[in-house]
Parts: sequence; C-alpha cells; structure tokens
Amino acid sequence: MQEINLEQMVQKLEEQLGDKLITTRDQFFTVLNIDKMALPTLMLKLRDDYGFNHLANLSSVDYGEEFEVVYHLYSIPANDKVCVKTRIPRISAEVDSLIDIWPTADWQEREVYDLMGIKFKGHPNLIRVLLPDDFVGHPLRKDFVMGGR
Amino acid sequence: MEHLFTNLATALTGWMITLGLSPVWADVILLLVKWIIIITIITLNIIILIWLERKVSAFFQERLGPNRLGPFGIFQTIADAIKLLTKEDIVPSAADKLIFKTAPMFFIVVAVMLYTVIPMGQGMEVINLNIGLLFFISMGSLSTIALLMAGWGSDNKWSLMGAVRSVAQMISYEIPLAFSLLGVVMISGSLNLQDIVAAQDNIWFVILQPIAFLTYFIAATAELNRGPFDMPEAEQELTGGAYTEYTGMRWALFFLAEYTNLVAVSALMATVFLGGWQGPWLPSWLWIIIKTYGVILVFFWVKWTFPRIRMDHLMSFSWKVLVPVSLGNILLTGAGIYFCQWMGWC
Amino acid sequence: MMQSDIYNVNVGPIHPSTHGGLHAEAVMDGEIIQDVIVHLGYVHRSVEKIAESKTYQQFVPYTARLDYLATNLPVLGYCQAVEKLLGIEVPERAEYIRIIMAELSRIASHQIAISATGIDLGATTGLMYGMRDRERIMNIFEMTGGQRLLSSYIRIGGVGADIPDEFIPAVQSFVNDIPKMMDEYNGLMTGNEIWEARMKGVGILSKEDAVKYGVTGPNLRASGIAYDIRKAEPYGIYDRFDFDIPARSGGDSLDRWNIRIEELGESGRIIQQALDNLPEGEVKAKIPKVLKAEAGTEVYHRIESAKGELGYYIVSDGGNKPYRLHVRAPSFINLMVLPLVCRGGVFQDLITNIATLDPILGESDR
Repeated sequence: MQEINLEQMVQKLEEQLGDKLITTRDQFFTVLNIDKMALPTLMLKLRDDYGFNHLANLSSVDYGEEFEVVYHLYSIPANDKVCVKTRIPRISAEVDSLIDIWPTADWQEREVYDLMGIKFKGHPNLIRVLLPDDFVGHPLRKDFVMGGR
Repeated sequence: MEHLFTNLATALTGWMITLGLSPVWADVILLLVKWIIIITIITLNIIILIWLERKVSAFFQERLGPNRLGPFGIFQTIADAIKLLTKEDIVPSAADKLIFKTAPMFFIVVAVMLYTVIPMGQGMEVINLNIGLLFFISMGSLSTIALLMAGWGSDNKWSLMGAVRSVAQMISYEIPLAFSLLGVVMISGSLNLQDIVAAQDNIWFVILQPIAFLTYFIAATAELNRGPFDMPEAEQELTGGAYTEYTGMRWALFFLAEYTNLVAVSALMATVFLGGWQGPWLPSWLWIIIKTYGVILVFFWVKWTFPRIRMDHLMSFSWKVLVPVSLGNILLTGAGIYFCQWMGWC
Repeated sequence: MMQSDIYNVNVGPIHPSTHGGLHAEAVMDGEIIQDVIVHLGYVHRSVEKIAESKTYQQFVPYTARLDYLATNLPVLGYCQAVEKLLGIEVPERAEYIRIIMAELSRIASHQIAISATGIDLGATTGLMYGMRDRERIMNIFEMTGGQRLLSSYIRIGGVGADIPDEFIPAVQSFVNDIPKMMDEYNGLMTGNEIWEARMKGVGILSKEDAVKYGVTGPNLRASGIAYDIRKAEPYGIYDRFDFDIPARSGGDSLDRWNIRIEELGESGRIIQQALDNLPEGEVKAKIPKVLKAEAGTEVYHRIESAKGELGYYIVSDGGNKPYRLHVRAPSFINLMVLPLVCRGGVFQDLITNIATLDPILGESDR
C-alpha cells in the first residue's frame, strides 16, 4: 500500500481504467462511476493498492430505466472515504458479486437482491434475507404496487 | 416439647391396641399416618419455600418480590398452584404418551421416598433403616431416570438435550457425592443416620470432614440441578430442557419434586455434617428444621449469584477435581483414623 | 473417531436468549456446533420503503424504532443526515443536549447488553442490576421527550423542546454513579471463575476477519482495532470532547464484554464535559415547514451507534420526501460473523456469542 492521497489515487485509477471510470465529486464524497464490467477490478485495486478495507455500505437506487448500485468504502488506517457507483440496465439487472473481495458483501448483496431484485453474479447463496422465501416481487423498486395482498 | 411427636405416636399406637388391633397392624397404620404427615409437611413446606426463594432472590436483586397477595405476598404460591391446577394439560401429539405422563409422577415419588430415612428429631423417622445413607443415595440417583423419561418421552430436541445432559451430569456427580459421604461413614462406623447423628455428640462432622463437606455441597448442587449447575433445565439455552413440553400440573410436579429434593438433600447435609437434630435448648425437631433451612438459604444464595457453568467444564470439574479430591479425603480420613487408634485416642 | 448424526436445532425465533426475533439454526454434532444458519426478517417492517412515502420530518419516529434500546442514536443519525443534506445549522445548545442524550442512550444500550449477557449466561441477578440502573436513564428520557423508550426527542434542526430544570441534576447524579455501577457489574460477573471460563477464548473474532466482515462498534474494538467514528470522522460536536476509545486485542467474548463496561465510563466522561459546557440559547433551528433537498443530491452519513456504524444513505429527487433511504444497520452486519465465531464451539457458546455480539433485531431486520 502506497502513501497516496485521494486526488492522486483518482488520477491513477482514471489512467488505468480509461473511459470506464468517470469521477464526479459532490460535497461529501468523491464518486467513482464505474462501468459494471470493470467493477471487480476497481474494487480489488481500491482494497489492495489503496487500503480501502472497510466496505461500509452497499445499497441500490431505482432510477427507472436503470438501477444504480452504490458502495461506500472507508479506509480504516488512512481514514479516507470514497463512493463507488455503477449503473445497470433494468432489463438485465445483474452485477458481479464482491463477496470474494469483502465477505461483508454477503448479506448486503442478499438484501439488495431481496428488496431491489438485482442479481449478483458469483454469489454462492443468493436467497432472500429479510422477506419470506415465497414473497413475490421486490418492494424497493419504484414500480412495486403497494397495498393489501 | 422435646418428645411431643414421639409421645403422640406412642399414644396413637396404644389407643389402636386398646381398640383391639394387633400390634403389627397398629404399626402399619402408624407408618401410614407418618407418610401422610410427611407428604403434608412437604407440600406445605414447599409453598413456603417457593415464596421464600422468590423473596430471597428479590432481596439479592433489589426487587420487591411477590407482595400483592396476603401479607408479604405469602399467598402468591397458593394462587400459582391454583393457576397451575386449572391450566390445560397439553400432551404433544408426537410424545411417547405413557412415558411422558409417568415421568413427573415417578420423579415426585422418588423425591418423597428420600424422606423415609431422614431423622426429623430424636427417635423421629419413618423407618430406622440400618443402611439409611445408602438408601438415600440410591433413591436420589433414581431421579435421573425420571428426567430421562421426560426428555425422551417429549419428543423434542431441547428436552432430549436436557435429559442427556442431566444423565451425564448426575452420573458423574453421584460418584463424588457418595465418596464424600464415605469419610463420615468411616468415622461413625455406621450407615444408619441416627447413629451418624449420635456420633456427632461432641463434634460436628463439618469440622472433622471439611473437605468432604465442600465436595458434598458442590456435588449436591449438581445432583439437585440447581444453579450454577442447572444444565438440564437451562432456561436461557434449552428453553427449559427436559421440562419444555410440560404444562400445568405435570410441570408443577417436576417443580415440586425439585424442591422436595432440595429439602431432602439439605436435611441430609444437616444430618450428616451439621450434627443433625442435636442442639441446645430447643427441641430436636426444631433444630433440624433450622439447620435445614440454613443450608437451603446457602443453596439459594449460590444459585442467585453464579452464572451457569458450561457443560464440558462441568464434566471435567467432576472427574478431574471432585473425584480425586473426595478420594484423597477418604485416604486422609483412613490415615487419620489409623493414627488416632495407634495413639490410643479412640 | 466416533461417528454421530448431524442434527439441526432451531434457536429462535421464539427463544429466551435471542434478543428478539433472531432465528439461528444450529447444525450440531452432539454438543459441538458445526455451523449456524441465520434466518432474519421476523421483525421486518420495510422501513426503507416507508421512508419513501413520508416527509423528512414524518420519518423521524420510525428511526427511533430501529434500535429501540438506544433510541436517541438512530434518531440522531437520521436527523444529522437530513441536516447535512439540506445544510441546516443546529444551535449550540441543541448540539450539547444531543450529545448528552446520545451518550445516555449508548449507556442504556450497553447496560442492556451487559445485563442480557448476564441472564443469558445464567447470572439472573446481573440482569436486574443493569435494568435497575437503566431505569434512571428511562426517567431522564421521560423528562425530555415525554416518552421512556422511544422518545424521538431529537428533531431535524435541533431537539424537540428545551430541557426541564430537573434534567441536569438527574443526569449529574447518574454520571456520578457510573463508576459505582461499573464496579458492581465487574464485582458480580467479570471476576467470577465460571464467568471467565465461559467467556474467555469463546467466539474469537480475529482482527482481519472483523474488518473483512465489516464488523464495527464495540465488537471491532474488542478485536483490536480502536476505530470509533466519533474520533475517525467526528459528527456533531464530538471533536470538542476528550475521551478515550477502549480497545482490546483478544476478540473473544470476554473482551467484547469488557469493552462495553469500559465504554460506560467513557460515555460518562463525555456527558460530564457536555454538562459542564452546556451553553444557553435556542434549541431548535429555524427551518421551513416543508423540507426539500435539491434534486439529485445524496448523502451517506454515519454515526457511532451503540452497536457500531449506523449509516443513512439518503437520495433526494427534489421533493419533500426522500427518493431513496437506506439504513446501514450495524447489527445486520455484525450478525454475519455469528456462524464464523460459533463454529467448533459447544452449544452454550452460541448463546454467549449472541449475547456478546449484542445484535438488536429491530435494526437488523428494519
């Protein structure tokens, strides 16, 4: 792990990943928008080369035609933070699982699958975690019809 | 006061003989009367004891305890008993019905049998058995079977685990229990409990046999399935262990039997180590009650202070600590007696 | 080796020691645990979906019900997240009151953890000691929010109302008694031979595993990483306080237990400083009736809850309701290591581990 600040890291990553990575910044986070094919590569780099060892949060947002999977990463030793986002189309909602990189992704991915219906390729046990196994639908999708059933 | 009960018994026998009964039949009827009295005393005593345990534990935990029904909540247990009597008797459909139903009866019968040999005062016991101590130990170990019946008959994993644990625990702890009593038997030279009490005329065995007293106390706690050795029940782990599936009065019978065992074991402890019914000023039957209750309070104190021990630690403690220590105590006692005789002191 | 059948025991969802609706299916070989399969969702209320149909203010009481044993902490986290998103400044006095309430909640939660560990291990008296002391905190909560358990006293922009006169003496006397309480817990349980035998070396969670599995809070600190968000990324006014982060290195149940007792003292120190420096002034910022964030803005705000890192991820579409709200629940993620720490232990260790990992199911199931 090199001693390197966030700016340099982003520069380096942009060089390495080319147009697959678009960096934006909001007032709280440096956001790495990554193509979903390059997600595991980026995550491995972040973990091994830049010390982001704590996958704090794994979430997802429904933007209609697309889903966005959001990862909030922290580095415990360097106290840095970064947000990684990847967009996936609604019709083939599938993204690579990060369970080999962070075991903590296990239940978090299951939760996203459960509530948002995004499949995680390579997850060994992708079943519902909060809702009953026979539940139909994914409630956090915006087109989920609420009401009595 | 001292001979109140013995005189009553003699008067009763005499009266029956004057009615024309043969002395043998009079004895049989007297025995029955004694049994009825014992069972009544046990039941009444347990009502007080349960209330006492709740009050004592409340005192330890800075709570109030039962305080609504009667002065100091003394009628709480009676209300509980009525509740238990009127509860639905549920027998699980998968249970082995015969075993399931007989287990609590068996447990309480065994527990009551323990009282046969305990001297409740000078010349006061149901039967003055020559092998009283042996009888007590063997009867006490029978309760294992009742627990195994309950656990097996319930057809429930928790119950079975509780039953298996209790068998393992009780068999392991019976050995140090018996060994620790052997030292006393060696000194007094008798298995008769009245003789053992008489042998403590000058000095209590707790002073002569302090190690045996401690090992007996620990082993007895385990035998009684009381905290910190309440593995078979283990509410927080096994949700009630062997008793999980029992409801209403069947469950209450187990509960009663546990307290009956507690009183019996405490009375035996008072008899064997604390001079039995011997004591100044007060009548003998009062002394044994005072001593028994003293021991029971210590049992309460231990239960409400310690966390539960782990099963494997429990087993290794018995086999690696208690058994060697109690065996060593026997050796020490033997050497002591030999030395004493060699010096001509006894 | 003796061969025996593998059998499954369902610990929960109705079981005395699962701290709510946890369902842990233990795969057992005799008394040895081969694996634990955790089933969640028994108290799932779809809080995240509810958030999408409630305005920012309306959602505040729902957050109180996440971690109902440390009720002010999830509320604080949510309110701060919204304030961050909308750029609301909170008055000084409210910040200090929030710190007091948050740390009291942390103490209350740890006291439940401590006392529940007591009863789970069979030391029934331990339960009563913790509950007795926690009662005083509940009374303090009642003074401020009018409710004992789920007061929702902290609001967006400050706190609900100013503290009453009897608040400060009550908190002060509680803080003064904290060392005594710690001594009592330690005296009754920590030093006990049986207690140590049941906790020491049980459920060891290594440093590496703790980080890999995203474990946070006291459980992470017990594994040897002194990571506390109050220090690492101070929120509110935590940077003004002087306190230590207790850490251990063993990562076993005894360490997790000891950490919680030590944290009582540290929380006491923070409350003392907050009481000493409590300024006068407003307790609620002037905020519009209808809160709207800019479209497309989002925030991930995390606080150090009693159980670990509690994060709120809020996405706004410009409306008065969150477009998406995600709760990063520490209990949910801490529970993931339950199978890991239980494997190879005996059945009773499962109970010990659940108790010392201290999950709260309202939060993990959301």
